[in-house]
Amino acid sequence: MESRIHLLLLRAAALSLLLAATAGCSLLGRSREPAEDANASSPVIDPRIERREVSPPKIDSEDFEVTGYYGMLSVEDFGTNSVIGARLAYHITEGLFAEATLAQTGDVDQTSAEILGNYDLSFGSDRKYKYYDLSLGYNLLPGEVFIGRNHAFNSAFYVLAGAGNTTFHNEDMFTLSFGGGYRILLTDAIGLHFDVRDHLFDDDISGEDKTTHNIEFTLGLSWFF
Amino acid sequence: MRTVVVMVMLVFLPFVTPAYAKTAHYEAVVAEPFLELHTGPGRGFPVFHVVDRGQHIEVLKRRTDWFQVQTDRGVRGWVKLAEMRATLDTAGSATKIDDPDVDDYKARRWEAGVGLGDLDGASVISVYTGYHLTRNLSVEARVGDVSGDFSDGWLATVDIVHQPFPAWRISPFAMLGTGIIQINPKATLVSTEDRTDQVGHVGLGARLYVTKRFMFRAEYSSYLTFTSRDDNEELDEWKAGFTFFF
Repeated sequence: MESRIHLLLLRAAALSLLLAATAGCSLLGRSREPAEDANASSPVIDPRIERREVSPPKIDSEDFEVTGYYGMLSVEDFGTNSVIGARLAYHITEGLFAEATLAQTGDVDQTSAEILGNYDLSFGSDRKYKYYDLSLGYNLLPGEVFIGRNHAFNSAFYVLAGAGNTTFHNEDMFTLSFGGGYRILLTDAIGLHFDVRDHLFDDDISGEDKTTHNIEFTLGLSWFF
Repeated sequence: MRTVVVMVMLVFLPFVTPAYAKTAHYEAVVAEPFLELHTGPGRGFPVFHVVDRGQHIEVLKRRTDWFQVQTDRGVRGWVKLAEMRATLDTAGSATKIDDPDVDDYKARRWEAGVGLGDLDGASVISVYTGYHLTRNLSVEARVGDVSGDFSDGWLATVDIVHQPFPAWRISPFAMLGTGIIQINPKATLVSTEDRTDQVGHVGLGARLYVTKRFMFRAEYSSYLTFTSRDDNEELDEWKAGFTFFF
């Protein structure tokens, strides 16, 4: 019994000695740390970071399209005449686009009254039909066409409506225009256009006021830039 | 003849712009599990190729909200804006892409547009451009082509425009301006002289932001024509159109 108590005391003494030694070690360690900090050459986090300039990359955007076209314009009472023109379009979204057009015909044909009566309507010097218009269009049916087994071309059927002005027989007439067209992209930047448009305006050349329909068929070549 | 020359020049204008050194295309890295390439720049065009995460693509061009890219194997296709934004640049930052939105609309400087309307019974088509001095105040210059049953002509004005609520999507404005108007009576009527007179006008209107750089605009103006005759003339103009900002 006595020896057991003796052993317990001995163990307790050894344990306390061990604890004291560990504590002493850790104390020593702690007291050495500040000396190491003072010698350190670089801090762990450097707050002086160069700010990176993030600007949007320069990506070539091709939202404008310029078109040259040639076709036939049926000028009411004045026969069907060749027409040449240019268009500039801005594509706002994949569907919507705005377009400005400028065109003119050659000298318009004679009316049947002129031919049968053998006289010239007083036109001043100019028998040309000129017009401009500003339109909004929408790519209604986008798609692809396949030519042969290996070729696919992007295409779209579009509709548009606009307003402008027609200069004919030395008068300016406010003109509404409606139409549709079909665009096939031969490459990513070059397009082929087939267009049908109706230009409506009120004219009094025949002696009475009437609304004339002037229907135009054209073939155009366009370039995106 | 002159019109033909102008038109031909218009068509060829893009081809004669001075050549400049082609800069290298922007290179992006796919960060999502895969990137879909479509056959065309628009809705409905099918996906024909996918690029895996970590692969590099070259961005060749942009058309509206679509980007034409080329993979390092030479496959070309179109990627939509949202998916392009999810790619990284070669340094590991997200690809940043300009996309005009309502904030750009509020901070816009330049705008230009066209309008269509009625000037005291005659039709009028006008184009204008405006510059914003402050968010509220802008100056505008406009030219209108007038064509009526009895006369046609044109008018040009310079205006000061004030919008009290520039941050509103539908933003009303008031304007005050002066300019000149020329009226040519139609040749088929008894011959009268062309008249050029000074005009002053006040107007009210509103702009409506639609999308991207695109706005609708409608306005009413009351013109006072200072004629050399005994009475001054008053003209009312109603107009609506669309506008782009830059």
